[in-house]
Amino acid sequence: MTAQAQQVPLVEMRDISVAFGGVRAVDGVTVDLFPGEVVGLLGHNGAGKTTLIKVLSGAYQADEGEIFINGEKVNISNPRDARAYNIETIYQTLALADNLDAASNLFLGREIVTSVGLVDDGAMEAEARKIMARLNPNFEKFSAPVSALSGGQRQSVAIARAVYFNARILIMDEPTAALGPHETQMVSELIQQLKSEGIGIFLISHDIHEVMDLCDRASVMKNGKLVGTVDVAEVTDDDLLGMIILGKHPQDKAKS
Amino acid sequence: MTDTSSAPIAVQPRKSIVQTLELDTRLLGMIGAFVVLCIGFDLLTGGRFLTPRNVFNLTIQTVSVAIMATGMVFVIVTRNIDLSVGSLLATCSATMAMMQTWILPDLLGLGLNHPVTAPIAIFSGLVIGGLIGAFQGYLIGYLAIPAFIVTLGGLLVWRNVAWYMTSGQTIGPLDKNFMVFGGTNGTLGAFWSWVFGAIAVLAALYSIWNARRNKLAHGFPVKPLWAEAVMGAIVSGAILGFVASLNAYQIPVRRLKRLFEARGETMPEGYSEAYGLPVSVLVLILVAIGMTIIAKRTRFGRYIFATGGNPDAAELSGINTRMLTVKVFALMGALAALSAVVASARLGNHSNDIGTLDELRVIAAAVIGGTALSGGFGTIRGAILGALIMQSLQSGMAMVGVDAPLQNIVVGAVLVLAVWIDILYRKKTGERL
Ligand SMILES: Nc1ncnc2c1ncn2[C@@H]1O[C@H](COP(=O)(O)OP(=O)(O)OP(=O)(O)O)[C@@H](O)[C@H]1O
Ligand SMILES: [Mg+2]
Repeated sequence: MTAQAQQVPLVEMRDISVAFGGVRAVDGVTVDLFPGEVVGLLGHNGAGKTTLIKVLSGAYQADEGEIFINGEKVNISNPRDARAYNIETIYQTLALADNLDAASNLFLGREIVTSVGLVDDGAMEAEARKIMARLNPNFEKFSAPVSALSGGQRQSVAIARAVYFNARILIMDEPTAALGPHETQMVSELIQQLKSEGIGIFLISHDIHEVMDLCDRASVMKNGKLVGTVDVAEVTDDDLLGMIILGKHPQDKAKS
Repeated sequence: MTDTSSAPIAVQPRKSIVQTLELDTRLLGMIGAFVVLCIGFDLLTGGRFLTPRNVFNLTIQTVSVAIMATGMVFVIVTRNIDLSVGSLLATCSATMAMMQTWILPDLLGLGLNHPVTAPIAIFSGLVIGGLIGAFQGYLIGYLAIPAFIVTLGGLLVWRNVAWYMTSGQTIGPLDKNFMVFGGTNGTLGAFWSWVFGAIAVLAALYSIWNARRNKLAHGFPVKPLWAEAVMGAIVSGAILGFVASLNAYQIPVRRLKRLFEARGETMPEGYSEAYGLPVSVLVLILVAIGMTIIAKRTRFGRYIFATGGNPDAAELSGINTRMLTVKVFALMGALAALSAVVASARLGNHSNDIGTLDELRVIAAAVIGGTALSGGFGTIRGAILGALIMQSLQSGMAMVGVDAPLQNIVVGAVLVLAVWIDILYRKKTGERL
């Protein structure tokens, strides 16, 4: 990743702070992401990972800090803005409407309509079947509301929604938490493929091995603050664990 | 793609007839309950309940509540409630009555029964209803005041705004053309009712055929052809049976004589004429079709259900849920205005207590019709059937001679019972709420 120095980052979140009442959930965090790169976001429960990416996806407003996309300062004040910048998000909570079926959820907010402007459920289901065949070939429950799906099936629907609409920036908040080994493998392959297409991915995960396998860099957070960002190729599992648990940057170790 | 038996996706287990026809079992249950109710009252009243006359009266009595119940479905599906619809109806009714008895004929000098009076009055009522609804929706959506509180306030405010506007007086008689929307004052007659029935049958058959064609175009499994044919036959039979029973109700001879005298003619001996389909019922049918299309086939409807199912998910999907709330309440307000047209035209005037307690009837109709107060679930046809069941229960008991207090006790108990049965049904079918 030597080329990065002269390249403009796809996304840069600079000095972002978010407070809920008195709690500083995110405190002056700076992260960036280059095209075709996967950046892991690591940290203990409640470290502020979800809050940070929700600022990028338009769900929350930062109290302080700036967001740059391709070097230009942008203002993302709601999820519609984020979608307009081709930012797609797989939320930790999945954000599915339980009473609607998979296709309706996949296209929620971006329905396919007929020439007279009515929603075209047939076309949407056909598209949903195509994308699901790529992600989870065993998926068959297209006419049931998603409340009738298993946790992993629901997660597949959320992933399908994020990758269907030609994202340039993909945010994945623990995308494989509920998936079986085979489906997890398929998501890993999907990430590799999207990466090769030049998409930038923020991957939040608690699985250090997954991060070591899939990510180019990893940013570690602790208590709302950024511990540091490292090249995954230059650190060991234990270095990452140390950063997460002790908040210790591996360079500190080298210095001391 | 014409061979429907080819390429089955999987070996299907044997299906029951209900599954093969893809019938909505909840709707079926409600229709069953309604039929039992009608037959029961018919037996108790010695055959007076299921007469053409009573069927006609039942339908026109149901219209006003049923129109509002379709809007209440959207309100409740988005996890809100509207307690103000009865009062809103009164304010709209007062506005329209004053437009047609005072503002248009006197202030603007159009005189009585001018052809533009009714359209202008109705339009102004719809605008007022829509604006008041939108305002309440703004308080709920943007200022985050609970719908229960906003519309409880509205219940008091709009009832008394209407009182203030009219000084509590009955205002009438209303415009002649306006009165067409009031039950017996405006009916299509036998011939046009049959024309309507024929168009409705063709439209129903077309939509069944079109749905099948769409499924085939995408290669989805379809029902066997005989099942489609059975469904088509049932729907056509129901439509034509309904028209036939309305057409069987003859206009009383004395009333006919008066009609002829008014035209300066004498009635030929042995002349008879049927009422046919009331205009108000036609309005309800159009509202039902329109609202069903909104619910199932428009983005607006899709967002209503998504927001009811998971407001956060809807917001994260880029849906402006606040604006959606404003639109839903504006629609509810406009429908209350439409109900005001039907209700005041049926009375022939605006009375100070018009629409009193309608909010409770409307909410009960929507809930009996399977709308879940927890949000996300509800159908337009269910709400209309709910309104019909409530009205049948009320008129049936009145016919049997049940005392007024006892009538309300029964209606209240039925409401609770219906919701309990619905909960049991959802548990059994594994629907999570
Ligand atoms: N909507 C909210 N209101 C108030 N506090 C919040 C809210 N969302 C998050 N927090 C707080 O902000 C902090 C960071 O939460 P966040 O969800 O970002 O953590 P996380 O790193 O994603 O954790 P996990 O690994 O458990 O998902 C926590 O202390 C949490 O309690
Ligand atoms: Mg999180």
